[in-house]
Amino acid sequence: MSSTTGQQHPLGIYYRIWVLLFVLSACSYAVDFFNVQGGMRWFLVIMFMLLKAGFIVAIFMHVFWERLALAFTILAPPTVLLLLIAFMTIEGNYTSGTRYLYMGHDPNAVALSPDDIHGAEPAEEEEH
Amino acid sequence: MSEIAVNELVRHGGLDGLADDWSADKQTYHVPWGKAMMWIFLVSDTFIFTCFLTSYLHVRLTTTEPWPVQSEIFALSFGGGDPIPLILIAIMTFILISSSGTMALAVNFGYRGDKVKTFWLMCATAAFGASFVGMQVFEWSKLILEEGVRPWGNPYGAPQFGAVFFMITGFHGAHVTVGVIYLLWVAFRVKRGLYDEKGYEIVEIAGLYWHFVDLVWVFIFAFFYLL
Repeated sequence: MSSTTGQQHPLGIYYRIWVLLFVLSACSYAVDFFNVQGGMRWFLVIMFMLLKAGFIVAIFMHVFWERLALAFTILAPPTVLLLLIAFMTIEGNYTSGTRYLYMGHDPNAVALSPDDIHGAEPAEEEEH
Repeated sequence: MSEIAVNELVRHGGLDGLADDWSADKQTYHVPWGKAMMWIFLVSDTFIFTCFLTSYLHVRLTTTEPWPVQSEIFALSFGGGDPIPLILIAIMTFILISSSGTMALAVNFGYRGDKVKTFWLMCATAAFGASFVGMQVFEWSKLILEEGVRPWGNPYGAPQFGAVFFMITGFHGAHVTVGVIYLLWVAFRVKRGLYDEKGYEIVEIAGLYWHFVDLVWVFIFAFFYLL
């Protein structure tokens, strides 16, 4: 094939997507910076993630302009993975539920932060 | 197959084109074979990374120890000020996005036959990638030496945190390292004019790999660092 058959698009679209990816990254960082928690955090982080991934695949990787035969080959197999994720979520919830129920762990335990460990008071050695 | 016959086939787009492409005894993908193979490799790599991320999901759901708070662990303070949450990871994210942009431009200038710009844009992409790996080395050494995070335990909470962290970011970092070497190799071959006859699809193929590495980071950034 000659070099004229490849993916050739105006430069402007790459610049626009590039800026957009920066904005979306800044947005997802802002979610952490302003300490948004709970369902809103999940919604925002996953929405910005999917938008970023979509623009990278569609524009930077040119899938938007590819013929459907190739686009489906790329996009169809990974959708099966959603099933794996769903199964592992159900299974994981069941496992953790039984562990809390029968092994006596505290479901409301809070993780230590670096401040707890490097704080003013000498940290106690904890065995796991 | 003659050039005219191929053009006749390729003319149909959409679902008609899909049926055409998959009908018997002819070429399915109307792209250079190297590009089709790179895509198939990337799809298989998607499965590997999804296995890692799904294992992480499962481990995090099932552990009864509290999961360490990433935003505090990956905070960094500059000049003795208050630590800024996740700042190093944010910088690494912006560096990878920048490198994806320069790579997309390199592909475009490659197809225009502008060897000099292609070469320098690919070098810039590789430099961004190398600085990303450098920051990852800094992050790892801080966690290992100062914080005492190990694959089998850490001072904060769930011991699986270290295993997941080293496995996922290590595998991604290895991909970035390989990508930097691959990009430099292709860049120097472009500069030497080795693709003048064959065409510049190779730049797009290398670009696909690089964008994929950026894509994986998008998911790691969201699931491992933010959620």
